[in-house]
Amino acid sequence: MSVLSLSGATHGLLSSVSLPAGPQTPLGKARRGFCGHVDAISADGYPDLPAGELESRLIELGFVEGARIEILHEGAFGRDPIAVRVNEATIALRRREAMAILVS
Amino acid sequence: MTTASSAGPLHLALVGNPNCGKTSLFNALTGSKQKVANYPGVTVERKSGTFKTPAGRTVHLLDLPGTYSLRARSPDEQITRDAVLGRLPGETQPDMLLCVADSTNLRIALRLVLELKKVGRPLILALNMIDIAKHRGFAFDLDRLSDELGVPVVTSAAVRRGGVEDLLARMDAMVDASTAPDGTTTTAANTWTTPSAHELRATQREADRILRACVTTPGRPDTLTGRLDTVLLHPVAGIVILLVILFVMFQAVFTWAAPAMDLIEAAFDALGGLVEAYVPAGLLQSFLKDGVIAGVGGVLVFLPQILILFFFILVLEDLGYLARAAFLMDRVMGSAGLHGRAFIPLLSSFACAIPGIMATRVIDSRRDRLTTILVAPLMTCSARIPVYVLLISAFVPSRPVLGLFDLQGVVMFSLYAVGILGALTVAFVAKRVFWRDQPSEPFMLELPDYKLPRPKSVALGLVTRAKAFLERAGTIIFAMAVLIWFLASFPQPPEGATEPAITYSLASMIGHALAPLTAPIGFNWQINVALVPGMAAREVAVAALGTVYSIGGGDTQIGEALAQSWSLATALALLAWYIFAPQCAATLAVIKRETGGWRWVAVTFGYMLTLAYAAAFVTYNTAVALGAG
Ligand SMILES: Nc1nc2c(ncn2[C@@H]2O[C@H](COP(=O)(O)OP(=O)(O)O)[C@@H](O)[C@H]2O)c(=O)[nH]1
Repeated sequence: MSVLSLSGATHGLLSSVSLPAGPQTPLGKARRGFCGHVDAISADGYPDLPAGELESRLIELGFVEGARIEILHEGAFGRDPIAVRVNEATIALRRREAMAILVS
Repeated sequence: MTTASSAGPLHLALVGNPNCGKTSLFNALTGSKQKVANYPGVTVERKSGTFKTPAGRTVHLLDLPGTYSLRARSPDEQITRDAVLGRLPGETQPDMLLCVADSTNLRIALRLVLELKKVGRPLILALNMIDIAKHRGFAFDLDRLSDELGVPVVTSAAVRRGGVEDLLARMDAMVDASTAPDGTTTTAANTWTTPSAHELRATQREADRILRACVTTPGRPDTLTGRLDTVLLHPVAGIVILLVILFVMFQAVFTWAAPAMDLIEAAFDALGGLVEAYVPAGLLQSFLKDGVIAGVGGVLVFLPQILILFFFILVLEDLGYLARAAFLMDRVMGSAGLHGRAFIPLLSSFACAIPGIMATRVIDSRRDRLTTILVAPLMTCSARIPVYVLLISAFVPSRPVLGLFDLQGVVMFSLYAVGILGALTVAFVAKRVFWRDQPSEPFMLELPDYKLPRPKSVALGLVTRAKAFLERAGTIIFAMAVLIWFLASFPQPPEGATEPAITYSLASMIGHALAPLTAPIGFNWQINVALVPGMAAREVAVAALGTVYSIGGGDTQIGEALAQSWSLATALALLAWYIFAPQCAATLAVIKRETGGWRWVAVTFGYMLTLAYAAAFVTYNTAVALGAG
């Protein structure tokens, strides 16, 4: 949690300097209220879909590097799924897939 | 390249993201001149319509399933891709594409536009919901947008028919522009190939650039949606509200529908009476009255419930709430290996499994869809209610439980609960038996902004559902009714027979033949016989029991007579049987249609029969052991 709030607070600095090794977090671990940007999509190792498929689907829903992200809601059970504001749109997805979205 | 004569009708296809207002624009363009069918071999709805442009050109409009890209992840999206690319057998490739986009959510839509451009067909972009966008403070540089994208851009407010004239004029102009003097249209070559993640990313970047250059966004999201979601998606309040909505929905399904159902029942009874009065007694009379009228009437009587149910579903869908319900319930459904989207189809199955199974079309993944179809018939549909009510009021005493509930109510509730638990368990097991090696599909869903539903679009949707159901009742369900009547009527009773006619029939032979098999679950041959016509519609079994036992009068008399001749254990076993048994030919017929073959019908029938037998066996023997035999 403390890591998350830290990343939220520092993202402005990071994005202007664009350090390659920022305090990246998977979106799947972030909590409600988290604000940030998409840093990278890394779906390698996601077991359920062929390589590149999850990445493609996330991109189609607007999860592209640089997109503004905010976690608006969490599900009632196990805080899953999450509803995420991606620029203008709101997307619901499970934390499991959100792990592929690296944010800062 | 491909040429088309401008003299013939123009084939136009509607493409767009889900929730962009495509259906509304389709309705605005075609009015009531629309046709709904299925694409051959798949269960995707094909919606088409016709209209005329101001220049007098006839346009065939094809509405394609909403999609985020032409990559096609689901059968629906495959149709969209194949139709756009002209690869769909029996379907003319569209001469022109109309891409619909939600003006308040252009980012993802513009990426699709860039992808569609590669197909090479003339393309028009309609910025729909422009009324909402203007109201919220979006500003568009339409000329620049059109230049950057290289396609004409129009604005529209589909639900008010706003912008439709302009759109039609543009279409005329575009056809004229691309028509050579010899009357043929030329289109560019198709350069679309399945994009890689890398290409998708690049296209989205380009879309983002265009968006920044041409559109000023208000910078803050829709406040009404935000405020509503704070409550409606709240972990506690959201669930409570969902339950209240469901409660109201079911209350409505059962109370509002009652007068209309009574009316339909009375109408079919009257029709039967007419047949009795004017057709001489004998085979023809029995065929018309007991086969056709009773069989089709027994299913048609559910039309009011189905319509009320779909009324709620359509309103909630247009409102944007269904996606929220899927969000709220995803975890619960997920624990059984189901998708959040399975929630509504399963819910609908409480009224009737037929609309429930039809509603599974919203589930993208075939596997998740099949699982949902498989378990939908376990939800306690309203056809079971007459059977439950009859048996419970005849056998279960009405006495207080815990000072708060009534024993009859508790039993009724348990029957529902066992059905739900059974469905979740079967889904859980099915995932492991049929799709062991295939992991489940990710749940990803856009939550659209809330919008007030339009009565007209809800009405149009209802008419479509009603037509689909009636068509089915007129064909498959009718055929089933005839078959079941045949089983219950042949061979005919001999001269001077004293027993009810059904006791001489094939149904009776089946009943007797099955008696040794059903003895362990406490069913006598009379029950077995009644279950045969009960295949037409579950509640028909009640009347059939009346026939077999030659009981005159209504349900109350039947109940009293049954209480005389059955043990409590038998009654309870029959209740348990009814939770699981595949006692509905219409449902099986719909499963065949929706899954495109007999395989899943066989699977459904087999597993339900097994469960029903097991449940009745356990119930009967437990009850006997407890002294209720
Ligand atoms: N205000 C406004 N609402 C619209 C417009 N177009 C569609 N809607 C509403 O948006 C919702 C979704 O529209 P629908 O046509 O079902 O979208 P589809 O999923 O793309 O077919 C419905 O509640 C419509 O009433 C529009 O131009 N203006």
